[in-house]
Amino acid sequence: MMNESKNSYLPLELSLLDHYKDKKDVLYNSCHPKVKKVREAGIQEFEEKRLPISTSEKWRSTNLRKSYEHEYLIGEDKPIFDKQINEIFKCNVHGFDTNVFSLLNGWYYNSDEQQLQTLDDGVIVGSIIAAQKKYPELIDRYFDELANKSEHGLSAINSALFSDGIFIYVPDNVVSKKAIQLIKMVNRDTNTMINSRNLIVLGKNSSLSFLHCDDSINQHSGFLVTNTEVFLGDNAKLDLYKLQNLNDQTTLVNTTFVKQEVNSQLNVNVLTFNGGTIRNEFNIELAGEGAHADLSGIYLMDKKQHIDNQIMIKHMAPNCTSNEMFKGVLDESASAVFNGYIYVARDAQKTLAFQKNANILMTSDATIDTMPFLEIYADDVKCSHGATVGQLDNDAMFYLMQRGIPESDAKLLLMYAFATEVTGKIGIEALKISIDDMVKKRLRGDLSICDKCVLHCSTPDTPIEFEIDLSKI
Amino acid sequence: MLLNIKDLHVSINGKEILKGLNLGVNNGEVHAIMGPNGTGKSTLAAAITGREGYDITSGEIIYKGKGITELSPDVRANEGIFLSFQYPVEIPGVSITNFMRTALNSKREFEGQPPIPAGEFLKKMEEKKKLVDIQSKLTNRSVNEGFSGGEKKKNEIFQMAMLEPKLAILDETDSGLDIDALKVVANGVNALRSENNAFVVITHYQRLLDYIVPDFVHVMYDGRIVKSGGKGLALELEEKGYDWIKEQVENR
Repeated sequence: MMNESKNSYLPLELSLLDHYKDKKDVLYNSCHPKVKKVREAGIQEFEEKRLPISTSEKWRSTNLRKSYEHEYLIGEDKPIFDKQINEIFKCNVHGFDTNVFSLLNGWYYNSDEQQLQTLDDGVIVGSIIAAQKKYPELIDRYFDELANKSEHGLSAINSALFSDGIFIYVPDNVVSKKAIQLIKMVNRDTNTMINSRNLIVLGKNSSLSFLHCDDSINQHSGFLVTNTEVFLGDNAKLDLYKLQNLNDQTTLVNTTFVKQEVNSQLNVNVLTFNGGTIRNEFNIELAGEGAHADLSGIYLMDKKQHIDNQIMIKHMAPNCTSNEMFKGVLDESASAVFNGYIYVARDAQKTLAFQKNANILMTSDATIDTMPFLEIYADDVKCSHGATVGQLDNDAMFYLMQRGIPESDAKLLLMYAFATEVTGKIGIEALKISIDDMVKKRLRGDLSICDKCVLHCSTPDTPIEFEIDLSKI
Repeated sequence: MLLNIKDLHVSINGKEILKGLNLGVNNGEVHAIMGPNGTGKSTLAAAITGREGYDITSGEIIYKGKGITELSPDVRANEGIFLSFQYPVEIPGVSITNFMRTALNSKREFEGQPPIPAGEFLKKMEEKKKLVDIQSKLTNRSVNEGFSGGEKKKNEIFQMAMLEPKLAILDETDSGLDIDALKVVANGVNALRSENNAFVVITHYQRLLDYIVPDFVHVMYDGRIVKSGGKGLALELEEKGYDWIKEQVENR
């Protein structure tokens, strides 16, 4: 019997298990005792839960079977640091001054001395591997305290196999002046699976803007699994931007866990421009009174691309507010899933929770599966949800064309206008302008992976630059 | 003749609305089209501008000497046909400035001209805004979003001034306007009148025609123009209503 069930493992499941067996002595045992425990628990949980398939309710509309069929190089030994970040990456967005950090093939990419840095404003940034040695007490206190609630095997295998990830600690009362930007680059000439793990802790009264770019690779298949844990202390404020611009062969499963204390504020903006299959999971716990979470997203998909946004917001304390707005334009045979789940605990009185998902389907082949879900145990709450699926407004189209604007441009203008409700929420002006430009280019079909996208990964010897400022084109 | 409509029949969803309409408009003329509700006035505007869903079953619309019924709405617009909408559409997320620049540049591209330089465009905006008394803030707002009825109509005339059409159709531009806004709109139209353009003013009431004085007044009833005359006809209609026209038609 045992043998039979073993045989029923998918090839990718077997290679993941083998990989763990091969590497555990070298890589996975030499870590912080808590992390070691998490890895061991992760592999066990993976053996139980296995890779998520579409027979499970939460994965009903997102079928990863094709992604599982590829052979991947799983993980990799740490790349040698032989170039400064500014040699391989240069950000050219006007007025957008960030502290840039990068993960190369899943590893924090910096010199040995710079695996952890304390910035001028007191923010600590670096590799989560390095942080285990230098800040064991923070790992003890925060690591896996949220991700352990994950429900599927990909999250479990991430815990077991993650190679590295970014660690950010903003001490109490520190207001970070410059946004932190994380560029994730994959530069391998073979199909690669990367598991990364991020931990972001904001102390009391602190604030941070963090831009997380999951950017394109070359045209090889990639399977990227990222778990990010975020802790927001009392009155802390985090602006989190996720920019996703991946090739059509890449699968990204990206899970973000957030725990918010009293009066903390979270603003999330997920900007999905391209990618084969992308699943964004957010698990947000409003644990302290007066916490506020604002999540918005835009997805612009075409061809056979698939995007799945799973948003779970748990109102556990009174007087918290949450606001979700996800909008998408789906062209050709693209498909999208939006699953917004709002939970209001019995004690979470005076909760305000709003949710909106609006979609434009450009063709009859494009599909959207949108599922709002409210579970409310408190009696004094205001919750609402709304989902719309439609085509472009005919009256508006005629109005624009009557002013001489050709049909294709009129469509573009309306799609762009549709997106601005989300992009307009971007708090950093220079980033907003750049993202606006990217939206225009994406809708016009000008934004192609490797040629004009954020990174020139296909030609790794030339400097990688942002090229998303339309005014210069 | 700038516009020559011959025996036009138009159906919506198989129901015939225009039943053999004839209308000729020359450069330099203002034509008023009046008539009770549901006689096909707005259908005429939609047919001339090429709105989808309005099927021309027979007849012709000749504009600048050519039949235009096969042309798309944007081509007709770029040929100089402008419609001031009865119900201007709200377009959240598109600023008037962006909208007008796109429209103007579409027209210029159609005419084989390069895009308008930014400075020239802004100057033109300022100039035309004054014409209809638009406060500068309006242009940074989304097209018609949250505008009052008066602001929407002013905005239509502003767009007309920007695009300088050959043939402007004003569909119930006076509806929902107080007297001050009506004067502003009428002054804007009068300032744009010239020997090289023409106006078709669709209205319910004579009131607007006190300010935009027409050369010809046509009365529509049941899908046709049933009576035409000079500006005096409008006054007569105001006084006597439409019933006597209906009787005349039905007794014919």
